[in-house]
Amino acid sequence: MEHYYQKEIECAPYEQIRAWQNERLIKTVNHVYKNVPYYRELMIKKGVTPDDIKSVDDLKKLPFLTKSDLRDAYPYGLMGVDRSEAVRIQSTSGTTGKRVVAFYTQHDIDLWEDCCARAIAAAGGTKDDVVHVSYGYGLFTGGAGLHGGSHKIGSLTLPMSSGNTDRQIQFMCDLGSTILCCTPSYAAYLGETITERGLKDRIKLKAGIFGAEAWSQEMRRDIEKTLGIKAYDIYGLTEISGPGVAYECSAQTGMHINEDHFIAEIIDPVTEEVLPYGEKGELVFTCITKEAFPLIRYRTRDICVLTREPCSCGRTHVKMSKPMGRSDDMLIVKGVNVFPSQIETVLINKGYPANYQIVVDRVNNSDTIEVRVEMTPEMFSDTLGQISSREQELIEAMKSMLGIFVKVKLVAPKSIARSEGKAVRIIDNRKLY
Amino acid sequence: MTVQQLSVFVENKPGQLAEFCKLLRENQIDMRALSIAETKDFGILRVIVDDSYRAACVIKDAGYVFSMTKTIAIAVPDEPGSLYRILDILKDADINLEYTYAFITRKKDTAYMILRVADNEKAIEALTNNGVHLVSQEELSEM
Repeated sequence: MEHYYQKEIECAPYEQIRAWQNERLIKTVNHVYKNVPYYRELMIKKGVTPDDIKSVDDLKKLPFLTKSDLRDAYPYGLMGVDRSEAVRIQSTSGTTGKRVVAFYTQHDIDLWEDCCARAIAAAGGTKDDVVHVSYGYGLFTGGAGLHGGSHKIGSLTLPMSSGNTDRQIQFMCDLGSTILCCTPSYAAYLGETITERGLKDRIKLKAGIFGAEAWSQEMRRDIEKTLGIKAYDIYGLTEISGPGVAYECSAQTGMHINEDHFIAEIIDPVTEEVLPYGEKGELVFTCITKEAFPLIRYRTRDICVLTREPCSCGRTHVKMSKPMGRSDDMLIVKGVNVFPSQIETVLINKGYPANYQIVVDRVNNSDTIEVRVEMTPEMFSDTLGQISSREQELIEAMKSMLGIFVKVKLVAPKSIARSEGKAVRIIDNRKLY
Repeated sequence: MTVQQLSVFVENKPGQLAEFCKLLRENQIDMRALSIAETKDFGILRVIVDDSYRAACVIKDAGYVFSMTKTIAIAVPDEPGSLYRILDILKDADINLEYTYAFITRKKDTAYMILRVADNEKAIEALTNNGVHLVSQEELSEM
């Protein structure tokens, strides 16, 4: 039996969704024009006023926002309410070390948690479930989002956060967790560990909600088999709210976008032209119910396809495919956004040459990242101790910039191919898309 | 009295040492001693050669990252307990040995040690005070 959290919304006729969107878009554009000078400037530059926006059809008249706008307007420049009205900050890494910060009013959090509650319900969650949240808590939206959603459902919520696998498994066994929320790679790791320890009979998991990084169909089947569950995908980004922007239902054929809160468009990343449903392009979101951080036409850089076809689950909201790639050079490693420019910044700060290579791989379902750096006379020493302490310094600096462990590999000078045209900075061996 | 050691960065992969030795051969540079410190990813070649200045030029031109390190060379009797005696002197003088390596030559009954310490002067003083024979760069070159 299909579960819903807000059935009348999730299964609303398309005309109804469209009516909500028209009304809310107009309201949001007026709100932003009045309260976000940064975006008002962009609208003026494009010669568009709130009066020009009468329905979703007029969306294409509005200017785009990108990650670089977020950086330029950092930290408070895109905030839509007085600071006294906002109650929460969440954050994710940005392009050159400046983090992306997003703000929420209590109302924003409420709606975000509703979105996550829909995702949990779609995975079969009810108030009888024990929801085991192993996403990180803190600045990252994963923990807070699913945690709030689980409260909304009335499920018993286990705020495990990430790490400490022994304790994760012990609680899972002792408390009878039924729904697991974490990154797919961590789910795979938990599955392997549980199998190795012969504890499969002792876990009661029935479903998992996995997101924040790319994963393949094969990986899904693997996780489903080792944990004995049904694995659901979830999509989101801090800029728009966090997890729950879109979520998968029992059909497992794409993620329903919560269209009563977000309008999705697909554009050609080069010409910025809006593409019809079914065509592959860059996903763009417009928030239509947000107060504190109401981004309009935000370019996600995720490449995917939108489809609006009747779904076996009964939901009517448009479905997005799994992201099939990026239109920028951002990497998602262990669920963390990594930009080559961040790594470059660290290298230059530490006196290393900016000629480097990033190698990403997935070993035993877990992401690894290695940065190859050319040895320089300044960094070199005849003792291993000296070299390794400099290497350690670099690793620490990377960790504080990116939040994850990056292996540093020192290589011979001039051994990294110099750019003839475009430098090959990234070697991603994961084959995710 | 110190001797110049060339410390050279090489990646830890097949053929790297061969390539370096080929370079020395092509330039008719003779090695007196060689030691390698290795990690999973890279190694540091430490070599003493007959003509360190010329070797440095050749290595630099070939694009290697390297450094010239002043080390101490000593001659010790080639018999049990010799090295222990040296280490005991260093210990008593509170000198930490970063690394060391040994080599022998055609000269019978004598072994040679290269010592790398943080404070050369202090080590030289302790060793000479205890009658240890220090070897000069010229002596090494002529071996």
